[in-house]
Amino acid sequence: MKIHEYQAKSILAKFGVPIPRGEVVFKKEDAKAAAQKLGTPVVVVKAQIHAGGRGKAGGVKLARSAEQASELAGQILGMKLVTPQTGAEGRIVHRLLIEEGLDIKRELYLSILVDRVAEAPVFMASAAGGMEIEEVAKEHPEAILRETIRPATGLQAYQIRKLAFGLGLAPESVSVAVPFFQSLYRAFVETDASLLEINPCVVTGDGRLMALDAKMVFDDNALARHPEIRDMRDLDEETPLEVEASKFKLNYIKLDGNVACMVNGAGLAMATMDIIKLSGGSPANFLDVGGGASAEQVKNAFKILLGDPNVRAVFINIFGGILRCDVLATGVVNAAHDLNIKVPVVVRMEGTNVEKGKEILKTSGLNFTVAAGMKDGAEKVVQLAGGAR
Amino acid sequence: MSVLIDQKTRVVVQGLTGREGGFHAEQMIAYGTKVVAGVTPGKGGTNHLNVPVFNTVADAVKETGANASVIFVPPPFAADAISEAIDSRLPLVVCITEGIPTLDMVRVAAELRASNTRLIGPNCPGVISPGKCKIGIMPGHIHKAGHVGLVSRSGTLTYEAVDQLTRLGIGQSTCIGIGGDPIIGTNFLDAIKMFNDDADTQAIVMIGEIGGNAEEVAAEFIKGHVKKPVVGFVAGQTAPPGRRMGHAGAIISGGQGTAKTKYAAMRAAGIHTVQSPAEIGHTMEAILGKTAMK
Repeated sequence: MKIHEYQAKSILAKFGVPIPRGEVVFKKEDAKAAAQKLGTPVVVVKAQIHAGGRGKAGGVKLARSAEQASELAGQILGMKLVTPQTGAEGRIVHRLLIEEGLDIKRELYLSILVDRVAEAPVFMASAAGGMEIEEVAKEHPEAILRETIRPATGLQAYQIRKLAFGLGLAPESVSVAVPFFQSLYRAFVETDASLLEINPCVVTGDGRLMALDAKMVFDDNALARHPEIRDMRDLDEETPLEVEASKFKLNYIKLDGNVACMVNGAGLAMATMDIIKLSGGSPANFLDVGGGASAEQVKNAFKILLGDPNVRAVFINIFGGILRCDVLATGVVNAAHDLNIKVPVVVRMEGTNVEKGKEILKTSGLNFTVAAGMKDGAEKVVQLAGGAR
Repeated sequence: MSVLIDQKTRVVVQGLTGREGGFHAEQMIAYGTKVVAGVTPGKGGTNHLNVPVFNTVADAVKETGANASVIFVPPPFAADAISEAIDSRLPLVVCITEGIPTLDMVRVAAELRASNTRLIGPNCPGVISPGKCKIGIMPGHIHKAGHVGLVSRSGTLTYEAVDQLTRLGIGQSTCIGIGGDPIIGTNFLDAIKMFNDDADTQAIVMIGEIGGNAEEVAAEFIKGHVKKPVVGFVAGQTAPPGRRMGHAGAIISGGQGTAKTKYAAMRAAGIHTVQSPAEIGHTMEAILGKTAMK
């Protein structure tokens, strides 16, 4: 789960990470008051959306007076920001962070994430703060410093010194970096984050280190033990259909094609998208209804799929194995009936009582096509959706 | 022969008295797996499905000589269950549980690498040596004993591939579902090495998916060390970058972990790649030939 910059900063502050003074506002009028309260010669007005690249897209501006802050807030609130991370549809700005301007001497990049190969968190740092780390990795991989953190010992002081001296920090800044980096690691571990990125972390004119920006992403599997973080979820940042699907515990990701698919299991769901594409069509979504694929879940899944106006046909691909196909087929028929489904539906299923299941679909009087296999199903559904595009 | 499990495997089920654990233990027993013990803290001394239940894995191992464990414990407690199995020095632990927090697995991985235990999963369908032993949740009846080793990060997609093979009369030595999480006990490389060393495995199917670089690492090994034919598929060719596709580990980040790079690595290693998941069986059939080592 992603959260906003101001939320990440509030979490970091609790762990003792120095952050600029600032306040989140939702209205233009409040921006002025917030800027006045800060009282610094320069304040920064920052759009809060769940995507990077805000500055270049015009979502981050400097104001030299409270009046100007209010004016800029008026311009940015409600604006549609299109950045490389938002896709062409962009994101509407609903929240702003009004923050004190700082005397910045240097910008650094810091992050912690779980390295799959090392099977441990890794602390990454680079002197090229403000740049996308992917760019740095491509152009100057040697400029990225890394320290793997052993879970038993945590991030140790010597590791931080290696990083800090490696970044070329002055000795007095290095001694500030030790508690700073340790606080970052504690924040990462104790919130079950999957990514913590400070880009940039700045060195101020008076030698302080400060998290100027902050991005945190959390492990969805661990949210149950962090209700205070779960409450930070901002539904405005998510596709409405995906929000709806998550209420039913369905794994749904909207894509831009016209062939909807409903599959049990994530791997098979991806493979189903792939075979739709290979058959000349374009998948409208990824949807995993779970291993069991109960009648109730099938109905919920239908509701989500049909909420996408682009959908021209639906492909149900269920490899049940132990699952009983007659039960599944009854669920599909009932759902199609209750929801008054008009688009053609192609069903491919395998499992116990598969013949009985097929019979139920064929005699239902509804618009079902029963497929002989994955390939046959994909070809049929692409054709029913209007052929290859 | 087969890898990891066979008729001699004696299984303890952690979470036997739960709904999932009970259901699948019953299926395993029906398949012929020797389920010798269950573990549910607080229910020691009772019986479930005619299997003795113990309070701890240590007790179960001591009393029954179990040499493998399968875990059906809910996500918040599953990492602890794996640690308990490692502590009891079980040579094989299969964790079915989906949804274990990643940082829990970081701690487990550190213990695991310092032990002699082999962990399969988590978030996996398990392991089956057809006709001999099944430890997991896969439908046993779609399998057939034979000589193709199969390794996959997915569950139902594995069943799909197995089904294709079996329908063509091609049996399997062992099928290993290694799991869809970012941190897993056994990776493609480990599984490929086992199949390569197994005299009874004559060909290998490898089913990868987007995310990480485990497919690339295995492909590099195959290039230098594996003479047995390998058929490879990667799920997620159409997946958008930056999105987690159901499996916690299935995400393309920073341009890494794409199906394209994985296919390229596989092809460079001489693996017979297929673009369509429907072609896995036929491709293997063509390689094995009409006379087949089926």
